[in-house]
Amino acid sequence: MTDKYIRFVSHGPGRDIAKRLGLPQPVVLRRHRPGSPLVEGPILVQGSTDGADSLAAALLGWDLDVRRHAIPKEKLGAIILVLDDLGRPEDLEKPVLTAAASLRDLAPNGRIITVSRTAGSAADPATAAARQGVDGLLRSLAKELRAGATGNGILLADGIATTSPSTLGALRFFLSGRSAFVDGQFLTVTSSAGQLPDDVEKPLAGRVAVVTGAARGIGAAIARTLYRDGATLVLVDIPAAGDHLAAVANEVHGTALQLDISRTDAGQRIIDHAVARHGRLDTVIHNAGITRDKLLANMDTDRWNSVIGVNVAAQLRINEALLASEHFRAAPRIVSVASTSGVAGNRGQTNYAASKAGVIGLVRATAPLIGERGGSINAVAPGFIETEMTARIPFATREVARRLNSLQQGGQPGDVAEAIAFLASDAAGGITGEVLRVCGQNLVGA
Amino acid sequence: MSVDGQSVPGTHEPAAATQLRKAVVVGGNRIPFARAGGAYTKSSNQDMLTAALDGLIARFGLQEERIGEVAAGAVLKHSRDFNLTREAVLGSALAAETPAYDLQQACATGLETVLGLANKIKLGQIDSAIAGGVDSASDAPIAVSEGLREVLLDLNRAKTVSRKLQVLSRLRPKDLAPDAPNTGEPRTGLSMGEHQALTTAQWKITREAQDELAFNSHRNLAAAYDAGFFDDLLTPYRGLSRDANLRPDTSPEKLATLKPVFGKNLGAEATMTAGNSTPLTDGASTVLLASEEWADAHDLPKLATVVDGEAAAVDFVHGKDGLLMAPVFAVPRLLARHNLTLGDIDFFEIHEAFAGTVLSTLAAWEDEEFCRTRLGLDGALGSVDRSKLNVNGSSLAAGHPFAATGGRIVASLAKMLHARGQVNGRPARGLVSICAAGGQGVVAILEAL
Repeated sequence: MTDKYIRFVSHGPGRDIAKRLGLPQPVVLRRHRPGSPLVEGPILVQGSTDGADSLAAALLGWDLDVRRHAIPKEKLGAIILVLDDLGRPEDLEKPVLTAAASLRDLAPNGRIITVSRTAGSAADPATAAARQGVDGLLRSLAKELRAGATGNGILLADGIATTSPSTLGALRFFLSGRSAFVDGQFLTVTSSAGQLPDDVEKPLAGRVAVVTGAARGIGAAIARTLYRDGATLVLVDIPAAGDHLAAVANEVHGTALQLDISRTDAGQRIIDHAVARHGRLDTVIHNAGITRDKLLANMDTDRWNSVIGVNVAAQLRINEALLASEHFRAAPRIVSVASTSGVAGNRGQTNYAASKAGVIGLVRATAPLIGERGGSINAVAPGFIETEMTARIPFATREVARRLNSLQQGGQPGDVAEAIAFLASDAAGGITGEVLRVCGQNLVGA
Repeated sequence: MSVDGQSVPGTHEPAAATQLRKAVVVGGNRIPFARAGGAYTKSSNQDMLTAALDGLIARFGLQEERIGEVAAGAVLKHSRDFNLTREAVLGSALAAETPAYDLQQACATGLETVLGLANKIKLGQIDSAIAGGVDSASDAPIAVSEGLREVLLDLNRAKTVSRKLQVLSRLRPKDLAPDAPNTGEPRTGLSMGEHQALTTAQWKITREAQDELAFNSHRNLAAAYDAGFFDDLLTPYRGLSRDANLRPDTSPEKLATLKPVFGKNLGAEATMTAGNSTPLTDGASTVLLASEEWADAHDLPKLATVVDGEAAAVDFVHGKDGLLMAPVFAVPRLLARHNLTLGDIDFFEIHEAFAGTVLSTLAAWEDEEFCRTRLGLDGALGSVDRSKLNVNGSSLAAGHPFAATGGRIVASLAKMLHARGQVNGRPARGLVSICAAGGQGVVAILEAL
């Protein structure tokens, strides 16, 4: 699962060869380690609104090196472009082109983050045009960035301050190495709910979280990341995967629950286990999923039904049990693993894509229901991730799939886990019904 | 008072129970059992015991926990494994400060670790314990011959070259043949199967009855797997997620086609086949025991209490009783101590070393003459309700890694008892009976919580 090409082009002769031949030049991405700085270098907060001022003040409160004006030639760790008061498309010019002058000073693995408002709630067409313009701007800019730098945006519903808990939470996530493989994406903050953690290294302290499909791959990475962030874990996988599940459980000091999530009583058994053994249940990560690829013309009932059954029907049933339970009421959080196949489609995966698109649908529709209980639900859609599963893809196909994104490499299971850990934290409490893609800005279906 | 050396039931009282704490079964974990030479061929006893422990730790969240004591053992044991259980603990996710000891009582090893540790919990010496057992018939120790061993030891003691050569000259080609383990009884030279064949013939157990018992074992075990019964009792290992010996599709007709393997020279018709005898098996099992307070403090389930146990032994050497008939004597003594009859038992877990063993045991308890003269009872002990016998399968289907069988049975029985709960206003009650080499047997009573 190592990407030998990245190592080859990262230094020495390999780097020169790739440069001369115009080959992709992916870099080793900056990823979060406990204790590592949020950003490497000063942060330029671009924008002249009150929202920009208060946001810059909040960053100063975190002891960051914040600039309101660029110093030419000084390397920047991040540029935050605050565009929260756009009235007409022409309003984009000044802040955007001012920021443009600093782009060449952005350090490797730097960050561009826009903070703007949702277009759907705009009062008039001109405002909507300006707001929607940010979408195209950011997605294009993200594709222009090099050397591991990413561009992402935060969309605020009207009335949400640039310093609301989840605005700052999303900002921290995008600035940090936790968002290494998230590129060209937006997160929408719809409420002022949520709160920033007392200890930024342990945002999930005191929370009891369930991870399904935790025996290996992305599920195991989710377990490790949630454990690092302070959560107490219940790890679920099918009985036949019990040995791998036990190994992960012992690593993250959790309890292993061998359970087929497609059983009709799975939701209740998960609740019972968490409450009996850990006293509460706060978070459920629906990660378990299967693929049974076949062109639709060759599809059989078993392949179709098993994928729909495990990937979406089981989640629906478990969520019904969770929402009906008195034990899932204290700022409950659900995060589902969807897939870019469910967003953009993928040949040979009609069943899988239907199930994962189904997950996106259920997440959006469940948001108001869990919102009544003070909770949130979101989905994360991974693109090409380096796992045992993708390692089995034939070499040439795998190489192409890896490079077809803005970061020119596959993501790590931990990258998906980081996005999930963020959405499971109280800092993301004002974000719900969202689908966050962890795909390095995949060029297909973006 | 004694009858033929066997003490008469009820002649001694249990210790004042009010003084003792309860020892509860929290749960268990085992790896699927594999046929010898199968999936675990390259796994040592230590590997398998460690795997079973790690699965238990994961199930109950015991990482870095200091358990009061861990006891386990193996029947086929390498001399290097003198600290087998402690080494497995050190290789597991438990706290390194967890003490452990090895125990060996042939096939009763696993059940005896449960009883010994339960007693320590009852006495307040420890609050938590893990009992277990493991055996590998694949990775069995092979010893050098006595002749070679003596030469090697003398060689080590010889100080001069000429003396060393003198010692070496004693070596003969036959000394180089290794001494492989076998299941023969040292005092009779007969294998366990041949011993049981004598008993099976003595009690006139038919081939059909043995095959039916074997069939039920496979059917019940397969149904238990299908119902998810083992989802929280077992952790897969080395590609196995079910017992490899299980034949869900077997039938009495298929079993009837097998050729007899034991008792072929008894004159009477031979009835014991590979189908109604347990195969050589590899596997490991563990059981988590605790005081009620410890289980509560750790938010862990309490499935059943370990009420009491009893050991017995018979004089098989002189042919007075069958090699595997000791439980026939232990059970009435244990029942009498608690003023119970067979009718008061809701689940019977009688280890299926051979179908003939179980059926001979049941026949003996139904035999008035035997029960009067040998057990010192007024009449027959009674009949075991077959619908309560080994309801989720037993060793004929699961296989029998000698020392691991006790843990398999105790964990499964505790789960069944907890699910049953109350029967006629009292806790559901289960009886475990395990026969062992050397003419021994250990039995126990568990009650639902």
